[in-house]
Amino acid sequence: MSSIIGPASYQLFGIFPTAILSFVLPVIGIGLFAYIMTRRIAPLVRAAPDNRFDHIGLRIKSLVVVWLGQIRQPRYMLAGVLHIVIFAGFLILSVRSISLVIIGLSDGFVLPGLGGWLGHVYNFIKDYAATFVLIACIVAAVRRGIYKPKRYAVPEKYGKDHTAEAVFVLGIISTLMISESLFEASELAYALTVDGQSHFLAPLSLVWIFKAMLTSASPGFLQGLHIFTYFVHDLAFFFFLCFLPLGKHFHVITSLFNVFFMRVQKGNIKPVQHGIKDEELDSLESFGVKRLEDFTWKHMLDFYSCADCGRCSDQCPANAVGRPLSPRFITIKARDLMFKNYPLSGEIYKSKILVEDIFTEDEIWSCTTCGACEEECPLGIEYIDKMVDLRRGMVDEGMVPQSLQKPLKALEKRGNPYGKMEKKRAEWADEAEFKAKHSIKDLGEETADTLYFVDSITSYDDNIQEIARRTSIILEKSGVDFGILGKDEKDSGNEVLRFGEEMLYQDLKQQNTEAILASGARNIVTADPHAYNALKNDYKGLPEVKHISQVVAQKIASGELELKTCQNPDKVYVYHDPCYLGRHNGVYEAPRQAMDAINGLTRVELEKSRDRSFCCGGGGLMLFFEPEEETRMGVLRVNMAAEAGANVIVTACPFCLVNIQDAIKVAGKEGQMEALDFTELIEQHLK
Amino acid sequence: MTQIYAYIPFKNGSAEDVALEYPAAAKKIDAAATLTAVVTGSGAELDSVATEMGKIYEQVIKVDNQALAYPNAEVVRKALVNILPKDAILLVAHTTFGMDIAPGLSVKMDAAYAADIVDFEGIEGTCLKMVRQELGGAVSTHVTADIAAGAVITIRPGSFAPVDGGAANGTITDKSADAGDLASTRKFLEVVEAEVGDVDITKSDVLVSIGRGIEEQENIELAEELAAAMNAVVACSRPIVDAKWLEKSRQVGTSGQTVKPKVYMAMGISGSFQHLGGLKGNPFIVAVNKNPKAPIFQVADVGIVTDILEFMPELTEAISSL
Amino acid sequence: MEILVCVKRVPDTAENEFELNGAGNDLDRDDLVYSVNEWDNYAVEEAIQMVDKMGGSVTVVTVGDDESEEILRREMAMGANNGVLLSDDAFEGSDGKGIATILKAEIEKGSYDLILTGAQADEGAGQVGGMVAAMLDYPYASLVNKIDVMDDKTIKVGREIEGGNQEMNEISLPCVLSIQTGINEPRYVGIRGIRKVSSVEIPVKSASDLGLDAASVGSAGAKTRRVDYFVPDMGEGAEMLEGSTEEIIAKLIEKLKAKGGL
Repeated sequence: MSSIIGPASYQLFGIFPTAILSFVLPVIGIGLFAYIMTRRIAPLVRAAPDNRFDHIGLRIKSLVVVWLGQIRQPRYMLAGVLHIVIFAGFLILSVRSISLVIIGLSDGFVLPGLGGWLGHVYNFIKDYAATFVLIACIVAAVRRGIYKPKRYAVPEKYGKDHTAEAVFVLGIISTLMISESLFEASELAYALTVDGQSHFLAPLSLVWIFKAMLTSASPGFLQGLHIFTYFVHDLAFFFFLCFLPLGKHFHVITSLFNVFFMRVQKGNIKPVQHGIKDEELDSLESFGVKRLEDFTWKHMLDFYSCADCGRCSDQCPANAVGRPLSPRFITIKARDLMFKNYPLSGEIYKSKILVEDIFTEDEIWSCTTCGACEEECPLGIEYIDKMVDLRRGMVDEGMVPQSLQKPLKALEKRGNPYGKMEKKRAEWADEAEFKAKHSIKDLGEETADTLYFVDSITSYDDNIQEIARRTSIILEKSGVDFGILGKDEKDSGNEVLRFGEEMLYQDLKQQNTEAILASGARNIVTADPHAYNALKNDYKGLPEVKHISQVVAQKIASGELELKTCQNPDKVYVYHDPCYLGRHNGVYEAPRQAMDAINGLTRVELEKSRDRSFCCGGGGLMLFFEPEEETRMGVLRVNMAAEAGANVIVTACPFCLVNIQDAIKVAGKEGQMEALDFTELIEQHLK
Repeated sequence: MTQIYAYIPFKNGSAEDVALEYPAAAKKIDAAATLTAVVTGSGAELDSVATEMGKIYEQVIKVDNQALAYPNAEVVRKALVNILPKDAILLVAHTTFGMDIAPGLSVKMDAAYAADIVDFEGIEGTCLKMVRQELGGAVSTHVTADIAAGAVITIRPGSFAPVDGGAANGTITDKSADAGDLASTRKFLEVVEAEVGDVDITKSDVLVSIGRGIEEQENIELAEELAAAMNAVVACSRPIVDAKWLEKSRQVGTSGQTVKPKVYMAMGISGSFQHLGGLKGNPFIVAVNKNPKAPIFQVADVGIVTDILEFMPELTEAISSL
Repeated sequence: MEILVCVKRVPDTAENEFELNGAGNDLDRDDLVYSVNEWDNYAVEEAIQMVDKMGGSVTVVTVGDDESEEILRREMAMGANNGVLLSDDAFEGSDGKGIATILKAEIEKGSYDLILTGAQADEGAGQVGGMVAAMLDYPYASLVNKIDVMDDKTIKVGREIEGGNQEMNEISLPCVLSIQTGINEPRYVGIRGIRKVSSVEIPVKSASDLGLDAASVGSAGAKTRRVDYFVPDMGEGAEMLEGSTEEIIAKLIEKLKAKGGL
């Protein structure tokens, strides 16, 4: 008996060979796609250079873990699982999709290698894949269309809602699944009805269900359905292919590249321009990003790759307190600008200055560089370097808020943002009670193994100077031979760099590097995570840098440091991960190990801890900036600690301490909550 | 003989307080000098001030001219140049008007110039010794001026003891005819009054006033809570207004509002004279400041050296639980 | 519009602690940092904004020594087109009138529509602007916080007067104005900007270049002199409350009740 006629041989109305469509559709589809891609690549060609071909091994690892392994997706469980299903389905069905295109030109085509048992195994898997993808699409569409989770909402100032685009694409994907399954089901039902042939199908899969539904259909109907669904699939497929680069689904194509090129080193800031050395900076005409084309090609690729999922903004502390910053919209606005200035047809528009066009100055200054956004993004989109580049551009044009001009000037003249005199930098060591028992080596006059880098806030702020004294006592007790730079120490410049004042940072870096190398110290320890980060990741050629918590944990483990039992067993302690110790540098366990070494200390964990820690408000120059916000980050964090049942927040960063102490007052929780520095906790418990 | 003249500023027909301070200043310059008040203006207002000054000064000169109806410094200067004799010493208050008129006047009179003087230490030969401050009040200096050809000196209001009431029966001389040509290429248009804010700090008996020590805008809440507990109103010094944290109507000072409260809580205020210049009457001043050397402790009644950010909430709590 | 702004290099009040030197007659200047006078900086920003709007150029001038050049460069990095340094040993010890005489000589060599100074500087006298105006017979307005250019012969200015009020005046050009802080928001000048102008030429003019007689300037021509610096005797001052915070608060509340504050 006859078998169903495939699209390669079918003739519409008996005369028109549908094979012509099978040829024309792909040709137009691929041709149009190629054209669109060329237009999309145009801005990247004009972009600034980027260095993304280093550390190939690490990049391949990123690809396997982040792209293929989808490791960041389950951080938002429901959406994550849905996406993993759809992503896995796409990968599996890609083989089938290619076969299908060729089936339209050659009946019964089978890809080489999939002829025998491997083909059957593949069909089995792909049938379930299509089924689960459809289920996932339906759940996703209901979730987006009816439940409308908050993080997808588009605030009025950013334009229209994006739900329609999302549901539309879910619709296309569902169409692809359904039409592919119907195409196969109609063939199998025909074979059963007409030829009596029975094929084993994945039970309860979509195609299995369709076939069961079609058993009583007439052969004529099945034949028509077979051809119809083929071309529905073909059309939907090439339509989808050309639709991808037009919106947030561009990530389907760019994600592999974006993840391969994503950052492999953490904590550091990109150079002003890749390929230009520090000494050559004076030769540059312009610093930073002022117009769209000043971004690097990878940053532009980031803009294309955004899936509009809103996870970055959901984690962004600035967004949470009502500052005008939403990382998601930094990307979406830039992407839309690229689409607008580089249209698919017509002239390329000249780009205007970004902070007068799509961004506002406050939006860019609001970022604390905490890194929560980058940590969250499943596509490896980066934000910090872009904010820094935009700030470099604004500083170059003199657009610096008045509140930041004073500390910057003070840093230039005095090497610290408070404007206090250099010779008073080591006055913390002269405190009467402390001086009577401890004397601190000045590495300008003596030598020591270790340099204790104090940095500005700990040196000059009356309340924070205690941290320096306690750190010294801890180092002494641990048997560490250390000294300080005193008046030769300048601000580490961590925030100076991140606020875009590149040349001032270079100045501070040079002075510090000279002083550090001249001291002969073989390693560096600091209690300030911002200094830790700058010295370790941004400076070059320095000896190894450690944070005091790492030294303490190590000394406890080796037995050189012993701690008493908990002096306040009734209190409930919680450790708040500072951004520059935790997220940027991966130091999560050392402070916890140290705290747990205190017998009888009750320690709880915050829900948002480790790499999900919530920024206290920022440090360095951020303390001087006056943002527009509805509440303070510190207040939100204090409330989180209260919810976790804690009454003591322990933190290992002087800026966190200042922000949280202030927040406790502003939140009216004095007496219920206290902020404790790590060094204070340890020093209290030294034997 | 040293002839000293004092320019009398007035508002709404009544002389400013500084008019009462010139006699003490003049005495410190030269106890034997003659002191003449000079009033310029127009019409009934001018007459009433001249009469008022006649009760305090032995000699009063008045200059009546329509062009002088509003004290336009450029116009007043022209009149004074024609009225004042050579070698005169003219005292002017160091106000926005004084800063406007005095320097140029000293050039036209070819006289010595000294600004913002807080004390005089007498004349030696033709050298007048004076005390003033520099660097925003951080340091004091002694200056001398050769007054052989006269001098124009601005004095800081509030630095000299005011005379108590009037005892003189002074002669008022009308020198309007000597004023001369008062045409000027600077024309007064109008005074735009400062916007009245939601709160009138001049009406409150108790003020909680904040300065730079408040550090951040968010901390102003702490002052508001204290003010609420004390049934007071929050005021501030100039830097707070410059930073746009509070509106101008909250500023106490020479360029802000003048207040006469019963109690003035100066929180984190250093005590610059421009700020204190807005504080009149005899308020009970409580000063809280981290810096034990802050000038405010010189003028306050009670002083506490501590961080206002910690002290204010504790004080609020204690007062609330009374 | 050709604008000349007179600027001065002063010790930075924000970033310095002032102490007397060993001899007790001057400040200890070893550790002081200097920068352009804050009021003058506002004036330069205002001038740059005016020229941005209506064309022309901004020239900054100062009377000083070699070290004063750095502030001219900083203002040029900010956007001033030209800088001039007036320097001569004979200028040492000038009083306000001496400085004004020197500036007047330089002003007469150019043709400026507008001359700006800051409202006051470290000495707090605020005198030079008014003196220069009187010497040139130009109209003057001090403590200006708003400038509106009506046409090329007239401007409208607002002056900051007591009580936060604003006195509006109409002035003919050319004139001299002294500028009050808060008139604008000065733009930031970073190290990079300063490095960019590090090799621009700044002419230096001496007394003879300006045609000045040494007797009219410097300490020779000064009628007013500063004799010394001192820290005045503090006097009684406030009753300082001591003790624990609770004790202090208790004492304070007692006093406040007595004075009608509670």
